[in-house]
Amino acid sequence: MVRIDGRGDGNSLIRARKLGKTYRRGGEEIHVLQGLDLDVDAGDFVAFMGPSGSGKTTLLNLLGGLDVPSTGSVTVAGDEITHMSASKLTAWRARHVGFVFQMYNLIPVLTAFQNVELPLLLTSLSKAERRRHVETALEVVGLGDRMRHYPRQLSGGQEQRVGIARAIVADPTFLLCDEPTGDLDRKSADEILDLLDRLVRDHGKTALMVTHDPLAAARARIVLHLEKGVLVEAAAAADRDPRG
Amino acid sequence: MKYLHLVVRNLFRKKTRTALTAGSFAVALFLFGILAAVDGAFKQGVDVAGVDRLVVLNRVSIIQPLPLSYRDRIARIPGVTGVTFANWFGGVYQDERNFFPQFAIDRDKYREMYPEFIVPDDQWQAFLTDKEGAIVGEALMERFNWKVGDRIPVKGTIFPGNWEFNIRGVYKGRRVQDDTTQFWFRWDYLDERKSFTKGLVGWYVIRIANPDDAVRLVKVIDEQFTNSPTETKTDTEKAFAASFVKQMGNIQLLIMSVGSVVFFTLLLVTGNTMAIAVRERTRELAVLKAVGFKDGFVLALVIAETMAVAAVGGAVGLGLAKLFTLRGDPTGGLLPFFYVSPRSIATGLGLALAVGFAAGILPALAASRLRVVDALRRI
Repeated sequence: MVRIDGRGDGNSLIRARKLGKTYRRGGEEIHVLQGLDLDVDAGDFVAFMGPSGSGKTTLLNLLGGLDVPSTGSVTVAGDEITHMSASKLTAWRARHVGFVFQMYNLIPVLTAFQNVELPLLLTSLSKAERRRHVETALEVVGLGDRMRHYPRQLSGGQEQRVGIARAIVADPTFLLCDEPTGDLDRKSADEILDLLDRLVRDHGKTALMVTHDPLAAARARIVLHLEKGVLVEAAAAADRDPRG
Repeated sequence: MKYLHLVVRNLFRKKTRTALTAGSFAVALFLFGILAAVDGAFKQGVDVAGVDRLVVLNRVSIIQPLPLSYRDRIARIPGVTGVTFANWFGGVYQDERNFFPQFAIDRDKYREMYPEFIVPDDQWQAFLTDKEGAIVGEALMERFNWKVGDRIPVKGTIFPGNWEFNIRGVYKGRRVQDDTTQFWFRWDYLDERKSFTKGLVGWYVIRIANPDDAVRLVKVIDEQFTNSPTETKTDTEKAFAASFVKQMGNIQLLIMSVGSVVFFTLLLVTGNTMAIAVRERTRELAVLKAVGFKDGFVLALVIAETMAVAAVGGAVGLGLAKLFTLRGDPTGGLLPFFYVSPRSIATGLGLALAVGFAAGILPALAASRLRVVDALRRI
């Protein structure tokens, strides 16, 4: 269940209240987000759409603890992250957030296995345990046979799947996906969206996705529109035919 | 250790750049090793000088001799436990480039005055029985491929004439830094053949019972000969050796100046290289921070990369310097103690790591302060 009216029941996995972000450019103040409310339950798959500059990425940055709001608060699984120190926020991100980037952002000198292993290096898992987790994550994304490949040896779709494996390997609370199909052809994009859909449906993950692509957005259960920093519309998209 | 592969992989990202940066360290540390060897060669005499030995010279100049009669007078001074003497010969073997120090020594006491030099008893006995006998340091023997029994012709310069000596023995040093490039022959042979300064010696070497008593004894000895026709200037052996080094000019300042310029240049070059490397990886570093690596980790990662390059390059440079010095004195006798000491190696490695750290710290700080949202533009 996703609400944008600030009337969530308090059991939401992600809760934003009066969220505002203002940038100062020269003498001018730019209000990117203006008092936004959002409640996302566990297991939701939410797509954020909107024109460039509408504040989609800023919203994801704030929900993912990469940036701090000018006003308002963000609470995830009961943790109010708005006032955490930078160091605590970093540790929190490692535990709770899985990032999927448009440009994949894999480390080119590391193999697929080593890229996926990165978040686990921050845990106390043994080498054998890390190996097991990484192999599982790569199997989930269908790249069990590409572990020793370097990013340059993979297609764009495969690189993104490695990126998704990296995002899920530490079993985070939720996934933040920024234009995950933005750099892919239609076929690869569909495979990635299938994968995200499967992660939500079969593995109970919660995913928040920013996209410009209506077909991609249609794969989410809920589509929210951002315009000039305000969530202006919510549309239930569950059970909608993505290609319809 | 689980992060080691991150450092290693990043170093091999741009192999040519890493190799060139490590090469810069290697060249700088090679130069450091050689300069340290030269510096050490000049100062070695000071370092190995006996703490319980004093040297008595003519007050006017080191090249002015002293009467042999002083030996007994000095020996009678309380606190003095031994006296010997020697004379600089300054001959030429075949060619002037074949320089090596030749000393006409006191056959009775010289050997026991220098326990750091080891001469087999039978060889010393052979030396005592042959007026033209000589004892030669093992490094000098090796340099000219001499063997015991060889007859060595030397052309006198201070003491004119053609002199010939029979090698009767070889001395070794107890320590690696002991000078084994000297050529000793008997002072009585010199005194017999020379046509002037008969009965005069170059300097005295004195052993004292208590090194802490050196300052007092220096004064007592010199007062003994005050107002005599040949006044003395006594000093510790260390000070005597140091005065020799001083005559060569301020070697240390020269070495420090060259070394400083080299290391400062290295710092700038490496710092610039690391800054470029970090800038190229801004996005990757931001991803590391996004997934949960803390600022301190990113800082340590960049520093570790720089220091790894510094350590490898430095080790290669110092290793090459060590190999170079293993060939011995490249000057043909001016630098008998030409070697890279373990201390110089440790200092060199420390310097390399310090430069590596200094070169890496600014790019590392910049990387650690990177704002993820700025670096990624979007998550």
